[in-house]
Amino acid sequence: MGRKLLLEKAHVEGIRTYEVYRREGGYRSVEKALKTMSPDQVTEEVKKSGLRGRGGAGFPAGMKWSFLAKPEGVPRYLVCNADESEPGTFKDRYLMEFLPHLLIEGLIVASYALGSERTYIYIRGEYAWIVDILEHAIAEANANGFLGKNILGTGFNCQIYVQRGAGAYICGEETALIESLEGKRGNPRIKPPFPAVKGLWDCPTVVNNVETLAAVVPIIDMGGEEYAKIGVGKSTGTKLISACGNINKPGVYEIDMTISVEEFIYSDEYCGGIANGKRLKACIPGGSSVPILPANLLLKTAKGEQRMMNYESLSDGGFATGSMMGSGGFIVLDEDQCVVRNTLTLARFYRHESCGQCSPCREGTGWMEKILKNIETGKGKMSDIDLLWDIQRKIEGNTICPLGDAAAWPVAAAIRHFRDEFEWHVNNPVESQHRNFGLAHYADPLPVPVTA
Amino acid sequence: MVQFSDEQLKKVQEIVERYPDGKQKSALIPVLHLAQETFGGWLSAESLDYVASLLKIEPIEVYEVATFYSMYNLKPVGRYVFEVCQTGPCMVKGSDDIVDHIKTTLGIGVNETTADGLFTLKTVECLGACGYAPMMQLGKHFREHLTKEKVDGIVAELRAKAGN
Repeated sequence: MGRKLLLEKAHVEGIRTYEVYRREGGYRSVEKALKTMSPDQVTEEVKKSGLRGRGGAGFPAGMKWSFLAKPEGVPRYLVCNADESEPGTFKDRYLMEFLPHLLIEGLIVASYALGSERTYIYIRGEYAWIVDILEHAIAEANANGFLGKNILGTGFNCQIYVQRGAGAYICGEETALIESLEGKRGNPRIKPPFPAVKGLWDCPTVVNNVETLAAVVPIIDMGGEEYAKIGVGKSTGTKLISACGNINKPGVYEIDMTISVEEFIYSDEYCGGIANGKRLKACIPGGSSVPILPANLLLKTAKGEQRMMNYESLSDGGFATGSMMGSGGFIVLDEDQCVVRNTLTLARFYRHESCGQCSPCREGTGWMEKILKNIETGKGKMSDIDLLWDIQRKIEGNTICPLGDAAAWPVAAAIRHFRDEFEWHVNNPVESQHRNFGLAHYADPLPVPVTA
Repeated sequence: MVQFSDEQLKKVQEIVERYPDGKQKSALIPVLHLAQETFGGWLSAESLDYVASLLKIEPIEVYEVATFYSMYNLKPVGRYVFEVCQTGPCMVKGSDDIVDHIKTTLGIGVNETTADGLFTLKTVECLGACGYAPMMQLGKHFREHLTKEKVDGIVAELRAKAGN
């Protein structure tokens, strides 16, 4: 069993309530931080912990905090990014739904470190029932003196508000989130200025993911150095992985980043293997935006080393032969899945979610969807595959925000690793309508029956 | 004419107070949710203008937001809206079959409403329930691990609730 820092108490009866959470040691980190540490010391501990942002980018959280501008007389804001929308990702939902006080506790500590007296949780609009759970937890924290004026007699004032979005993936991008929180369309801003200097209402702002803020609780409790001892290299601490697709046990798992991908997929402690006795074809290991990998490159790196469930190992080989940890949305595809169809649904997703500000993304995502739809429905031409490649190249890096890249990468990786499946669709327009390509020859190191 | 009750106006005031003075525009998205819930599940031009007047902002500021976010219905919808996810992780678990089954059962296409005004079918993009696929949103909650039988049960349950 791996070490658990976040979900350890998830199954304690009544842990959603303040009373049980407190009895189980909750709010200890608030007491420790507010009573015995200065705000800068809290930031220092988070820096020492090596905690990397858990939303997808993996940027060191302590460093992000230390960039926050602190001009005299200007309010500063902490915003919790709970706009979890990356296909394959449902870990923040789990945290908020079952351990709301863990997030509230992390938010209080982080608000103290950053000097935020008004802190917002921006939650995706579809998680409507979780708003009630969080607001209830906030009310309990207020009633017990952990929020409000003069918290624990330290003179620190803080209030947390929950803001519901209304259905827009783009609002997970921090500047789009800020725009949305200001009551506008979720159009990302050009950076710089970064939110740390000019964020919410033009004030210095830090935006952190739910899991990142929850991780602040064990970091303060055990100390940054102790936290950094868990995991490996620059992948410190634990990470929540939401596993889905064709596996026996979909769900949210906390891993300590020292286990292999193979163990994660096949051991009963985690995914429990591929469902229905099928074989593994491919996997998108970090949410829909990261490159899809065929089974052989997923389980082993190009150098033949065991691939591990951590930031470095998952990205080993770059985009040529590797992928990314991303948001921890682990999507497993079995031998019966069609990579073209899967890529089409993702292209449609990005077309739907593009905010429309930048032409390469607004137009390109629509073109990619259209071309993929043609290939999938047996109307594709061989030149379409190269055209897709060309379009994704022209989106990547040419947009204000990373949504363009996120739309380009899944298409690029699918063509890179599964080109013969795309070609098979083009060459077999009739057959591809009633059966799938099956397991690719390169997707399994063992001899497999010829399926195409 | 659309009009919030006193209780709802109090709620609007509460929302506005979450933000610093003069930043009441931030209340727009939450207040639009409230308006949609109150005024029949969708936002008419009249509702949008009403929200603009409440928050003392220009109607155009409300229109541009209402047209951007996918949760706002700008046309009337049925009493119950089935919003079935169809993105990759749900697709691999058979969401296409669920959509087809709903179409056949209710005799409507995507973005259509049954003649009795009870059901609307919509397809949506990832709602963050990938591990519990296939799924749909129904009002405030998610219905997960959907099967054809489960869908039939939900339809029957809602018809009973509506007294049909």
